Amino acid sequence: MITINNLNFGYNKKKLLFKDLSMQLSAGHIYGLLGKNGAGKSTLLKNLAGLVYAQSGKMDVLGFDPAKRQPALLSQICFIPEEFYLPAVKIDAYVKANAAFYPNFDHTYFANLLAEFDIPAGQKLIDMSYGQKKKLIIAFGLATQAKFVIMDEPTNGLDIPSKAQFRKIMASALTEDRCIIISTHQVRDLDNLIDTVIMLDENSVALKASVEEITNKLCFKRVKEIDDTIIYAEPSLSGYNAVVPNFHDEDSKLDLELLFNAVLTQKNKLKPIFN
Amino acid sequence: MEFRDNKAIYLQIADYVCEHILLSKWKADEKVPSVREMAVELEVNPNTVMRTYELLQNKNIINNKRGIGFFVADEAIANVKDYRKTQFMEEELPVVFRNVYLLNIGFDELQTRYNSFVKENFNS
Repeated sequence: MITINNLNFGYNKKKLLFKDLSMQLSAGHIYGLLGKNGAGKSTLLKNLAGLVYAQSGKMDVLGFDPAKRQPALLSQICFIPEEFYLPAVKIDAYVKANAAFYPNFDHTYFANLLAEFDIPAGQKLIDMSYGQKKKLIIAFGLATQAKFVIMDEPTNGLDIPSKAQFRKIMASALTEDRCIIISTHQVRDLDNLIDTVIMLDENSVALKASVEEITNKLCFKRVKEIDDTIIYAEPSLSGYNAVVPNFHDEDSKLDLELLFNAVLTQKNKLKPIFN
Repeated sequence: MEFRDNKAIYLQIADYVCEHILLSKWKADEKVPSVREMAVELEVNPNTVMRTYELLQNKNIINNKRGIGFFVADEAIANVKDYRKTQFMEEELPVVFRNVYLLNIGFDELQTRYNSFVKENFNS
């Protein structure tokens, strides 16, 4: 559904953020995009949505080149940025002005989402809190029925009940013909929601694997002592939380924070496992 | 439902379904929640629920009626017990054995404890 080939991108020509980055995304998945501050998560998402232009490389999003910004593609992209601006109008006026760009916009679904998110209709957008605004654009974005959903830190600013609501809404928004990619630092908000992990580091994709593949190959567990089979470990109350190769077909629960740190610090040990 | 820390989510969902069947909340031939309903309820990825349902299908605990959904299998309770027994023997019992060994607990003492446990919890 989405293919990136040898993408080279930098805000500054001399300093590239991505070097020959390649990756594929398919429909029917929720991808979790992880990376340190400045690793390029938002920038990658902007490239996919045609908001910035790459120096070189080839991108195919639903059969289009996003940099051309053709309406036929843009009407199939829902982009929830981390920072956004909303005009000083009421919700109805906002929808009236913007829904027309999305031929499949579902007004009933939009109303349901607002109700689920507890946003009173008829509010003025500038009177709303950041969290409320965020929920509004998430509701609007999903109601467009776009095939490609891009979300940059969607749970930032959401209160505790809204985060649970968000997870429920996303679980039901994933359909076989939809591709969802979410960047986040709040891994605990989303760790059961994503089925494939993409980690950016050192100008490229450091890891892209489904949760199933990761837990087939690696085991996340508590150990009392560290030995040389361990890939990465962090001290905890009762010993260590460790990442070890999954020699005995054990089932364990993916610990995204632990995996994240393992990928950053133990690239050499992980690379052969995932190739 | 609260997920625990150390067990794969798809297996925790399998336990959740099995428990509903053992407690007869979902009976043989009844429809179980759809993949989507379950994903929304538990706030997890639908693909994870699908993995659970495939596992439970392989164990003949639920079956898939094409186009209608998943249903509790006829022999579900017996099959849940088989599945849970295997899990207990392979995963939980070794932990218990380890403690029994380390703490020098005699089998007589365990037997007495076990008998009074059953009396208190199941025979009243």
